[in-house]
Amino acid sequence: MDRLIEMIPVFGQSLEETVIMVSISLFFATVIGIPLGILLVITQDNHLFPNKWIYHSLNTIINIVRSLPFIILMVAIIPFTELIVGTSIGIEGAIVPLIVFTAPYISRLMETALHDVDRGVIEAYQAMGASRTQIIFRIMLREARPGIVLCLTIATIGLIGSTAMAGAVGAGGLGDLALRYGYQQWDIEVMVITVVILVVLVQLIQSLGNWAARKLKKSA
Amino acid sequence: MIQLTDIHKSYTVGNKQVQALKGVTLSVEKGQIFGVIGFSGAGKSTLLRTINLLEKPSGGSVVVNGQDMLSLKEKELRQARKKIGIIFQHFNLLSSYNVFDNVAEILRMNRVPKDVIKKKVEDLLRLVGLEDKATSYPSQLSGGQKQRVGIARALATDPEILLSDEATSALDPQTTDSILELLLDINRKFNLTIVLITHEMQVIKKICDRVAILENGVVIEQGTVLDIFSNPQQPTTRNFIKTIFDDDVPYEILSRIKQTGPANHILRVAFRGDAALDPVLGTLSARFPVSTNLLYGSITSIKGTALGILLVHISGEEKDVTDGIQFLRESVYSVDIVTREEGTR
Repeated sequence: MDRLIEMIPVFGQSLEETVIMVSISLFFATVIGIPLGILLVITQDNHLFPNKWIYHSLNTIINIVRSLPFIILMVAIIPFTELIVGTSIGIEGAIVPLIVFTAPYISRLMETALHDVDRGVIEAYQAMGASRTQIIFRIMLREARPGIVLCLTIATIGLIGSTAMAGAVGAGGLGDLALRYGYQQWDIEVMVITVVILVVLVQLIQSLGNWAARKLKKSA
Repeated sequence: MIQLTDIHKSYTVGNKQVQALKGVTLSVEKGQIFGVIGFSGAGKSTLLRTINLLEKPSGGSVVVNGQDMLSLKEKELRQARKKIGIIFQHFNLLSSYNVFDNVAEILRMNRVPKDVIKKKVEDLLRLVGLEDKATSYPSQLSGGQKQRVGIARALATDPEILLSDEATSALDPQTTDSILELLLDINRKFNLTIVLITHEMQVIKKICDRVAILENGVVIEQGTVLDIFSNPQQPTTRNFIKTIFDDDVPYEILSRIKQTGPANHILRVAFRGDAALDPVLGTLSARFPVSTNLLYGSITSIKGTALGILLVHISGEEKDVTDGIQFLRESVYSVDIVTREEGTR
């Protein structure tokens, strides 16, 4: 027990590292993923900006990235990571592959969320003379808000899972803690506590996401 | 106001070419309520959508308010569309906006000043009878109320034309009536031209001035509602009218009547206007030695003109019956001899 109390700062630091990694990569992955998701929808046939070439290229690239397990992707893009942040280890070294891994994921989820916006509603505003940009930003994105929040919730939880593997490049975080103490030293107590923290974290995020989506839906 | 000329529309489904419209020509006058009726798959919706170019026809010309719609660039088309409102069967409201914002959003997009929007939306909500629902969300409204929001939204840009895409098809009969009442009201108030499509003859009868019957992408018959109702030419038109006047003579009766004498006929007699009040049948029996028997009768009002339909069995000597029918023809709007065209009915 005493040992565990002594370890509180260690847990604290790991949690902090996880939060930092998740927040930074979530931010950039969202900034990249949302526009790609929009593009993925509006370039489809019969949509606002039909363009087979863009759609199929984007679709293929996203499928390729999405078919790689994170640990493989992380190793495969080491040269790219080094080019961007100058290193392939530590938190910075982990963030680049986390973004590359998560952005296509977000764009796929965005695609689903935007597809749920009734085609008839879009048509109604086309008929009223709204411009295509107005339809994207004032109709589609707004109507899809509950779906987008849920999509970002899922992406965040996915990211927490991926950061655990980032421990492999010495990025720290809760996953790394569980790996070092639990797997390498068979320290069951530390592992159980790490697992509990992760479970609580994921529960919190999911509940928060559900609450926000409900709030946005406003359907009585 | 609206002139559609030789409109063709074909789609490619897989590697099959489907022709939805095969040369439709229609013209709608300003202030008119024009109805297009047809079964599902007849091409009604496609036809309606060519007016604001939500469907681009593969051939023909679309002239709205003197403007050749097909020659417009994207920006000009958007401008032109603002003068053409549209309402839908499934309302197509924004679920994340309340009633006020649903009506206001298009005005915000058009950069109308805030205070103008507020007044305009309040006026429109009063017009459609939803002034107390401004802060409700669509999910809290009934179907009829949602369509009222749809109508208010469609009127927000001060259109000269309103397109109605099966706007009452998802509503119960009572609600349908109240929505049609509202459409008639705004048609009179703003001299708004309305083009509606429907599969319900009731809708045509209640508010339309003119009607076109569409079948397999072709207009098979068109005219004023009164003319079409009193004297339908095509079997499909008759079928639609039967939903209002079910004047089918049962086969057993028809065959029994045929056997009862030298001249026996069943007549479908249509009266219009004040003639519907004249005692024509009485005069007929008084002036000609024929016996008449009333089999069916119905009277209705189409936009203020009375229309009566009678099925009359007439029998007697050949000459008397012929003279009697001639007399009827001169006194009423139209007389069809049902027994003679049995095959087509």
